[in-house]
Amino acid sequence: MINVPLLQIIMSRRIHARRTEGVDKNVWNEFTQLAADYKAVNLGHGFPDFSPPKFVQEAFCDAVNGGAQMHQYTRVFGHPRLVQSLATFFSRVTGHEIDPLEDVLVTVGAYQALFCAFQALIDEGDEVIIVEPYFNCYQTMVKMVGGKEVYVPLRPKVEESQSSAVWTLSAEELASKFTPRTKAIVINTPNNPLGKVYKTEELQMIADLCIKHDVLCISDEVYEWLTYDGNKHVKIASLPSMWERTITIGSGGKTFSATGWKVGWVISSGHIIKHMKTIFKNSVYHCPTAAQEAVACAFEREYKLFGSPESYFQQLPAMLHHRRRKLASCLQSVGLQPIMPEGGYFMIADISSVKVDFNDDSTKDESYDCRFVKWLTKEKGLATIPVSIFYSPEHRKEFDKYVRFCFVKEEATLDAAEQILRKWSQGK
Amino acid sequence: MKSCRLDQANAKDGCVDRSRLLKSTDKMSVARHVLKCSRFAFHSTTLNCSRSFSTSQCKMTSRHKNSKRIEGLDKNVWVAFTSVAADPSIVNLGQGFPDIPPPSYVKEALAEASSVDRMNQYTRGFGHPSLVKALSQVYGKVCGRQIDPFKEILVTVGGYGSLFSTMQGLVDEGDEVIIIEPFFDCYVPMVRMAGGKPVLIPLRLKSGNKTGTSADWFLDPEELSSKFNSKTKAIIINTPNNPIGKIFSRDELQMIADLCIKHDTLCFSDEVYEWLIYRGHQHVKIATLPGMWDRTITIGSAGKTFSVTGWKLGWSVGPEHLIKHLQTVMQNTMYTCPTPLQEAVAQGFQRNLELMGQPECYFSSLPEELELKRDRMAAILQEAGMTPVIPEGGYFMLVDITSLNQDLSHMEEDEAYDYKFVKWMIKEKKLAAIPVTAFVGEESKKHFEKYIRLCFIKQDSTLDAAEAILKNWRKV
Repeated sequence: MINVPLLQIIMSRRIHARRTEGVDKNVWNEFTQLAADYKAVNLGHGFPDFSPPKFVQEAFCDAVNGGAQMHQYTRVFGHPRLVQSLATFFSRVTGHEIDPLEDVLVTVGAYQALFCAFQALIDEGDEVIIVEPYFNCYQTMVKMVGGKEVYVPLRPKVEESQSSAVWTLSAEELASKFTPRTKAIVINTPNNPLGKVYKTEELQMIADLCIKHDVLCISDEVYEWLTYDGNKHVKIASLPSMWERTITIGSGGKTFSATGWKVGWVISSGHIIKHMKTIFKNSVYHCPTAAQEAVACAFEREYKLFGSPESYFQQLPAMLHHRRRKLASCLQSVGLQPIMPEGGYFMIADISSVKVDFNDDSTKDESYDCRFVKWLTKEKGLATIPVSIFYSPEHRKEFDKYVRFCFVKEEATLDAAEQILRKWSQGK
Repeated sequence: MKSCRLDQANAKDGCVDRSRLLKSTDKMSVARHVLKCSRFAFHSTTLNCSRSFSTSQCKMTSRHKNSKRIEGLDKNVWVAFTSVAADPSIVNLGQGFPDIPPPSYVKEALAEASSVDRMNQYTRGFGHPSLVKALSQVYGKVCGRQIDPFKEILVTVGGYGSLFSTMQGLVDEGDEVIIIEPFFDCYVPMVRMAGGKPVLIPLRLKSGNKTGTSADWFLDPEELSSKFNSKTKAIIINTPNNPIGKIFSRDELQMIADLCIKHDTLCFSDEVYEWLIYRGHQHVKIATLPGMWDRTITIGSAGKTFSVTGWKLGWSVGPEHLIKHLQTVMQNTMYTCPTPLQEAVAQGFQRNLELMGQPECYFSSLPEELELKRDRMAAILQEAGMTPVIPEGGYFMLVDITSLNQDLSHMEEDEAYDYKFVKWMIKEKKLAAIPVTAFVGEESKKHFEKYIRLCFIKQDSTLDAAEAILKNWRKV
């Protein structure tokens, strides 16, 4: 029931479409606003506070100055130079020949790729298995298409472990979630917020179930280039018989630290892509041209430098490797227990052994981690995100002792966070 | 090199849509298609396509088929015609985008924005603050009211994205939506994708003395009134209209407003060409009529405003209690629009806000430049024996090709005359246009099949090339 002041009720019947019900709340806004209000050092925001690499910025400038056609409509399903560079690049990575025109769709960020996938493939009543913790839009997008969310959590095999590697899916529990109504499963590797990088055996287990039950797999791989400690990113689409049932999603924003460009893509078998194209051309029709041109140039460069030290896909994880370690040791110094992520942008920390007097009635009905985050923001000036928002209502209570930190930040930001945490630990 | 790839790219995309219909291994899916889809699903060229499916695709089971919401929505006139016209030897007056450069200051603003670190990362979901503030100032001034930049504006991926957010946010299963023909072709599939039912009403050519302009086309008041019923959720209007170029007068808008108020419906007003108004005419915003602000969503476009269609930024302006539903859709579809583009558009608006009403303002200088092109185009067409419909606004012109009496009986496809004519013209005359029946429903086809649409926001060399073709029309 939407609360509308009496004067504004201009229609006697419902105005909004039912599909907007239950998906209107935005969990991020509250925490973003709080961080801004308290001018907190922000390790909550999931994006870099540094600039994209020079070659990427230059590519964009070149595109902007590149002639009149850079400012007009390009090919609907993806700028030719970009789909070509994506197909060439990922064909080599996967060993599968990817057709640039049939098997690739460029979207407004990976977010829109997810939207197109759900809209094109999920019908009212279809079940979609979502592995928790999950990026919250999976749930709202499934809901918006009338699908039914079925959750299965990653759980730490070993108590008090300090690596995302020990968080796994129970084979029996996962298998039990597949029913005749299951249309798709959504996985995210490397995972946000946990940082887990699925191993080949784990993906094979999922693949076996997908094949057995004839289910699609939506694989959100936006952090694919960010793996640490020798962990390798594996594409489930490259496993046998998975190409024709997997929707692989990537992000120019995460790949090149330019989240504000909103260039994403889907790579999948043509017979799936064509349905996503239908959604795409009835929703936005085109993506902006210049940014696509710039991402294309960036991929062409990376293709040539792949595996070499000059490759951004080597440099960025190398830089973040150290920041990750630095943050982990700062968190440990105040008694927080970080779970070392194998990949991605984020680190979660177990807050259960830190005793805090929240002293804040306004949050008393909220989950423990939400209360902690708000207290940390207000009292210590450090902003983070509670992890229970990445869980379904049924599992939220089980996972309300973790908070998420983003370490894809300037050294100065992490130094400021370190200062705050040091002061806190000294004050104990 | 790039344009060759584009040709190939577009040609192949045309192939895919057609071949799906011809070669789908999913019989059930095809059957539902035939039953449910509208005529629009069959708007395609007869491109010969021998593309075959690989064996892995033939394994596609019935479970991997599309969701019901996209049944019949896979065809699209643009995918068909842009592929054919992508040949660089063809003078393209078809697809509606400028080949004139955008103002240099917007390009510079974009280059500058991208050099600022923060501008390359996510901005506010519902619209970059500097842009929504600029929009609220510009439209506040134009509408004569305070517009809240955060609650009454949503920035979207083009005017197209605003139309989508509006339909998804406000149109439900079973809702009827009145659409005036000829209409920008996405209105119908978007209404259908939202589960709504399009109800069409044509603009009619008045009898008696004609001005030879888009003002000759009108809505019959009784006919319009008959389209409203208790299921009507909204009416979509487009002013200036694509493709006719009609600018709805205040009286016409009042007539529509009266019906909206009487039947308690919403109004979605697509005003992307709002600044392209030629001398002697005035753009009126239906949202400014009494009782209409609270029930109207007004849509605008940076692409059309600043001649940067490839930037794909648009916006919806309206009351909070409507905009919030569009914002919900945005939050669940794209989340946010690109930052540097929004910053650059904000600067473009700030600059022109100060110049509004003066000749240096782009909103005055562009229509002035286009009016000359419009008149030149019209004169050339008349000389070639065609009858242009002079538009009051926008950058398209309808052309009546009846008097050419072009014999197309050799073309066997079962298509409207204008489709055949455009294909023939592309092939024989190397001049591309868009058939106008792409913009109308089945029943109105016969009233529009002797018209084609030309786009005149083109540089002089393009118009010179078109002129050369048209001058020689009768000679071949």
